[in-house]
Amino acid sequence: MANDVCFRTMHLDDPASLKTYESLGGYKMWRKILKEKTPPAEIIDTLKTSALRGRGGAGFPVGLKWSFIRRDLPGQKYIICNSDEGEPGTCKDRLILRYNPHSVIEGMAIGGYVMNATVGYNYLRGEFTEPYEVMEKALVEAYAAGYLGKEVFGSDVDFDLYNHLGAGAYICGEETALMESLEGKKGFPRFKPPFPANFGVYGKPSNVNNTESYASVPLILEKGGDWFLELGKPNNGGVRVYSVSGHVNKPGNYELPLGTPFKDLLEIAGGVRNGHKLKAVIPGGTSMPILPADIIMETDMDFDSVQKAGSLLGTAAVVVMDETTCMVDALLNITGFYSEESCGQCTPCREGSGWVERLLHKIEHGQGTPEDLANLERVANNIAGRTICALGESVAWPVGSFIKHFREEFEYHVKHKKCMVAGA
Amino acid sequence: MITVEIDGKKLEVQEGTSIIEAAENAGIWIPRFCYHKKLSVAANCRMCLVEVEKAPKPMAACATPVNEGMRIFTTSEKALAAQKIVMEFLLINHPLDCPICDQGGECELQDIAMGYGRGISKYSQGKRSVEDEDLGPLIATDMTRCIHCTRCVRFGSEVAGVREMGMTGRGEHGRIGTYIKHTMSHEMSGNIIDLCPVGALTSKPNRFEGRSWEFDQMASVASHDCVGSNTFIHSLRHEAMRVVPRDNENINEVWLSDRDRFSYEGVKSHHRLHEPRIKKNGEWQVVSWHEAMAFAAEGLRTASEKWGADQVGALASPNSTLEEFYLLSRLMRGVGSNHIDHRLRESDFSDQTLRGAFPGIAGSLNDINQQNAILVLGSDLRREVPIVAHRVRQANKNGAPVMAVNMIDHDLNVDLAENIVASPDDFVQQLSGIADALNGKGEPTSEQKAIADTLKAAEKANIIIGHVALHHPNAVAIRALANAIADLSGATVSHLTDGANSAGAWVAGAIPHRAAGGAAIETAGLNYLEMIDNPLHAYIVMGISPDFDTAHPVKARAALNKADFVVSISSFTSDILSESDAIYETADVILPMVPSAETSGTFVNATGNWQQFQGALKPQGEARPGWKILRVLANFLKLKDFEYTSSDEVLDAVKAAVEANDLMSRVEKSLVLTSLPATTSGIAKVTQVPLYRADQLVRHAPALQHQLDESHRSARLNTRTAKLLKLASGDRAVIQDADESYVLPVMIDDKVSDNAVALSAAMVGTKTMSDFFGPITVTKG
Repeated sequence: MANDVCFRTMHLDDPASLKTYESLGGYKMWRKILKEKTPPAEIIDTLKTSALRGRGGAGFPVGLKWSFIRRDLPGQKYIICNSDEGEPGTCKDRLILRYNPHSVIEGMAIGGYVMNATVGYNYLRGEFTEPYEVMEKALVEAYAAGYLGKEVFGSDVDFDLYNHLGAGAYICGEETALMESLEGKKGFPRFKPPFPANFGVYGKPSNVNNTESYASVPLILEKGGDWFLELGKPNNGGVRVYSVSGHVNKPGNYELPLGTPFKDLLEIAGGVRNGHKLKAVIPGGTSMPILPADIIMETDMDFDSVQKAGSLLGTAAVVVMDETTCMVDALLNITGFYSEESCGQCTPCREGSGWVERLLHKIEHGQGTPEDLANLERVANNIAGRTICALGESVAWPVGSFIKHFREEFEYHVKHKKCMVAGA
Repeated sequence: MITVEIDGKKLEVQEGTSIIEAAENAGIWIPRFCYHKKLSVAANCRMCLVEVEKAPKPMAACATPVNEGMRIFTTSEKALAAQKIVMEFLLINHPLDCPICDQGGECELQDIAMGYGRGISKYSQGKRSVEDEDLGPLIATDMTRCIHCTRCVRFGSEVAGVREMGMTGRGEHGRIGTYIKHTMSHEMSGNIIDLCPVGALTSKPNRFEGRSWEFDQMASVASHDCVGSNTFIHSLRHEAMRVVPRDNENINEVWLSDRDRFSYEGVKSHHRLHEPRIKKNGEWQVVSWHEAMAFAAEGLRTASEKWGADQVGALASPNSTLEEFYLLSRLMRGVGSNHIDHRLRESDFSDQTLRGAFPGIAGSLNDINQQNAILVLGSDLRREVPIVAHRVRQANKNGAPVMAVNMIDHDLNVDLAENIVASPDDFVQQLSGIADALNGKGEPTSEQKAIADTLKAAEKANIIIGHVALHHPNAVAIRALANAIADLSGATVSHLTDGANSAGAWVAGAIPHRAAGGAAIETAGLNYLEMIDNPLHAYIVMGISPDFDTAHPVKARAALNKADFVVSISSFTSDILSESDAIYETADVILPMVPSAETSGTFVNATGNWQQFQGALKPQGEARPGWKILRVLANFLKLKDFEYTSSDEVLDAVKAAVEANDLMSRVEKSLVLTSLPATTSGIAKVTQVPLYRADQLVRHAPALQHQLDESHRSARLNTRTAKLLKLASGDRAVIQDADESYVLPVMIDDKVSDNAVALSAAMVGTKTMSDFFGPITVTKG
C-alpha cells in the first residue's frame, strides 16, 4: 500500500496530463459537485470525517479550516495553495506538482466551491521553474476542458486559478508572508490576528492550504471520509508523503499511511547507509526538534505519535543521521539556513538568528567557551515565542533539542576544540 | 466600552483599542520603538511584549486589541524577560557610539536601554556596519545605528505619500535606504528625523553642533505659510540650533514641513542687517538708531509735506506680525495715507470690499480631513502649504474624492478623481463650465459635470483656492465662480493666502480699504499694484525685497527707484542668489528688523487662529523687533497714541479694534459676475513661487536652497507648446516679457498646460519678469 493518493499517477505514462488524470477518475468529483450542487457543509463534513490534517507542517484539520470562512459574506474570497516548499529536507510538493498537477487544481476548485471563492492562487517556490511549467500546462488543459473559468459546466460557479512563481525566499512559505509576496510586497509575515480567514490576500478572506492537502481532497470525496481515515489512524487520517533524506540507502519520497512505524519507513528507504548505526532523526523538516535513535525507532510516523515522542511531524521531511554525524556541525548547518532566511522584520529573529549561528560557528571551530554554550541555549530559547511568525521557533527548536539530546558533543567541542565523532 | 485590567488597574476602554493605547491612556507606559501613534502598526521591534493572561506567549501590546475581561501584565516577570531580551537583541548590532551621536540624550534606544538593558553585553562578536546614504542637504544618515523599526518607511508610504525609504535585503543584512540612491525631496521629509528612534537619521544642518540637553527650548510659530505650524526653537548660547515640531492636533499634528524646520538657518545668515544705515550723498553709512530714525522721519515728513500725504505708501511682507501690521497701518493713517498693502503677489483686487473679515480656510484644519469631497483650484498644494496638502491627502485616504482644476498638472500626491489642466486663459472658462453644470445650462464637459456632481453629492465639500489662482490676473473672477459653485453645490470655499499672516494683515488694517478691526475708512487707499503702477514719492517697505517678493519685480523696483524717499525695514541686506542688491539700490534708510524668531508677536492663521509667540532668540546686533521700530518711528513723526511698551499692549489694541468693529461677524459677499474676462491668445506665463523662495528668511537658509533643482531655473513647457515654438529640451529660450527679456534653459514638462510657459518667480533668472501670468513671446536663443 503505497503511492495511493497524491502519487497515484506516478507509475503511469505521461502522468501530468489531463488524460491520465481523467483515466483515474479525475475531475469526476468536481463535475458531480457542480451538477448536484453538493452542499458545502457536506463536503466539509466528509473532510472532517477523513481527519485530513494540513500537510504543510502545522497539521491543522483541513475540514475545520474550510469552515472558518463565512461563505455567505459578500465580497471576494481567495483560495491559496502554498507550494512554496522550502523547509530543508522537504521535496514532496514538487513531485505532486510535476506528476499530479490536476489533483491540486481539482482540490483547489472544490475549495473554491466550498468557500465561495472564485479566484485561486497557487504560489510556487521560486526555484520551481519546471513544476511551474507543468502546472501552467495543466491549467491550460483544465481551462480548455472547461474545468475552470466562469460558470463552470453551465453552473453558477466561477473559479479562476493562477500560478505565481515566488522569488526565492524561504519566509514566503509562511502563509502571511506568502500573501504579502503575492500582493507584490516584500515577503514579511504579518502579525496575527487578524487571521487569513478574515483578512487574507488583498485584505479579503483567504484560505491557505498546502499542495498535498489540496491534492488529497478529490480522492477523499470520491472514496469517502472513512476510507481515508482508515488508511491512517484516528485523528491522523490518510497517507503522507515522507521525504526521506540523509544517511539512508534509498533516499526519496514515499507516500505511506500515517502511523507507519519509523523503523518500517527506514527499512523501505533501504536502511542506514553502509551498515552504519542510526544516530538521530529529524522527523518533520529541520525546524522541528531532533529525536535520538532510541526514541525515533519506537515512534510511529503520525502527528500525534511524533508529538508525544517530543518532536513534530511537520512536513514529514525525515532527515536521517548516522553515527558519523557531528551534531554541532549539523546544527550549525541548520541555523545557518535560518539565519540566512530570516526576513529581518522583527528584532529577536533578525538579531538572534545571526548570533546563534556565530556562536555555533565559534564552538564548531574550536573557539567556543562554556559561556558560549550557555549563551547559545539562552539566546535560542529567547528567540522563541517573541517573534511575529514561527521562524523564531525554527531557530530555537533545533538548538534546544540538539543540545538536550547531545549535550556531551557540544561540551566536548568546547573542551577539546574538536569533534567527538571521529572522522566527522 | 469593555473592561480590562492592566497591572491590576481595572479600566474601561473602547473596544478595538490596542493594549499599548489602553495602557497609555491609563498612564502606564510600555516601552516601544516601532509603534508611533500616527503610523500603522508594524509590531516589528517586539519591545512592547507584555504578558496576557491565558496567552501562551507574550503579546505585542501595539498589535493586540483588548478583549473583554483581558488581564494584562506589563511588568510581570514574563513581560520583563521578553522586553529585556529584545533590548539585548537590539543592542548587539547597535554601535553604541552615543558620545558622538547627535541623538544622544534624546535617543529612545538610549533611554529604554537605561531601564531594560544590561551593563555589559554578552555579545562578543563583530557588529554589523552599514554603508551610509546621501539623502541630500537636510538629513544626515548613520545607518549602522538603524534598528529597523521602519517608522521612516511607513512615514513615506502612509503620511508623505512618497515611498522614499524602504528595506532591501533580508535578515540581519536587511538595510533601510532609498535603494536607488536619490535624495529626499518631499516637502515634509525632515519628519523622519523626529520619527527615527535612534541616531540613524539626524538633522544635517545641525550635525555635531551641540548636545540636545544643552539646548534652550522656546515655543514658537512657523513664519512661512498660512497655517502657522507650532514649533519649538532650540538654541545654544542664543544661537539657533534647530526647529522641531510642537504637537498641535488642530494645526500641524506632530509634523513640520521642511521649510518650517530648516528656515532657522536664515536667522544665522551673513546677510542679516545688524545696524541702521542711511544713504547720504549716495553713500551708505552706518549710523545710530537715533540718527536713522530722525533721518527716516524727516524724509517721510518732507515727502508728505512736499507732495502730500497721499504720496506716501507702505508695502509690507505678509509674514509681518499682527503687531507690526497694526502699527504700520496706524502709522500710515497717522501720516494721512491709506496706501498700505501686503498682497504683493496678487494683481486683482476689485472684490476687496466684499471680502469677509479676512480670506482664509473655511472651518478648522481638522475639518479638511473630514470633507467628503475636495476641489483644488489653481494650487500646487504641496509646494504652497504643505500641511494643508497633508490634510487633503488624509481626507483622500478617508475616502473623499479630490479633484483639481489647475494650469499645471501638479503632483498633489492623491489619486485625483477629476483633473482638469487648463491654460491660464482657459482656466476661468473651466470654472464657469462647472458652475454651468450645476445650473443646468450651457454645455459642460464630462469632467466639469463630474466635478459638479461630486461636489453636489458630497455632504461636506470644500473648494480650496490656492496661490496660483490667488495670483492669477482674474483672481476675482475665479473667486466669484468658486463662490457660485459653492452656493450651488452646498460646498464651502477656502482661500490659501501668502505668507504666515495675511489674515493678520486684514485684521490689523494693512490693507488700503479698511483700518484695524475692519473699521471703515472714507476713501480707500491704493492697493499694491496701484502703488507701483503710479509711483509715489515715498514708501515704507517692510520685510521684502522688491525683486523677489512682488508679482511685478520690474515695476516694483522702478517705482522704489523713482521715489524720493524709501524707508526699508528689513532683516536682510540682500538675497543669497541675487546678483545685485535691490534693497540697497532702492532704499534711502535701512532699519534693521529682527526676524520673527527674535521678537514677540502674533500670527493669525488662515482659520483665524491667533497664535502668539515670544522671542526665542536674542536680537542680533542692533537689529530690533519690527513693532519697536514702528513705534519709535511714529514717535519721531510725532504721531499721537504710540506709547506702547510691549507687543502685548499692541495686541490688546488690535483685539479692542476687532471687538469695537465686530470684525468677526463680517461675512464674505459674493461678487456676481456679469461677464467672463476676455480671453486672449498666444503664449502666457504660469508663474509659481518655489517653496524655498517664498520669503526673505527661507531664501537665506542654505540647506533649503540646495533643495532647489533645475526645474526652478528653467522655462518649462509641454511637448506641444515646445513644438509650436520650435524649442527642444536643453535649448535656451529667449523670453520677451514686456520691455525686458531673459534667457532660460528649456525643460520639457508635459504637466504644463498648452500655450503656457511655467516659470519660477523669486529666482535670479526671472527677476526681470513683468508679472506672473502675462503674455510673452518665446524664441530660440
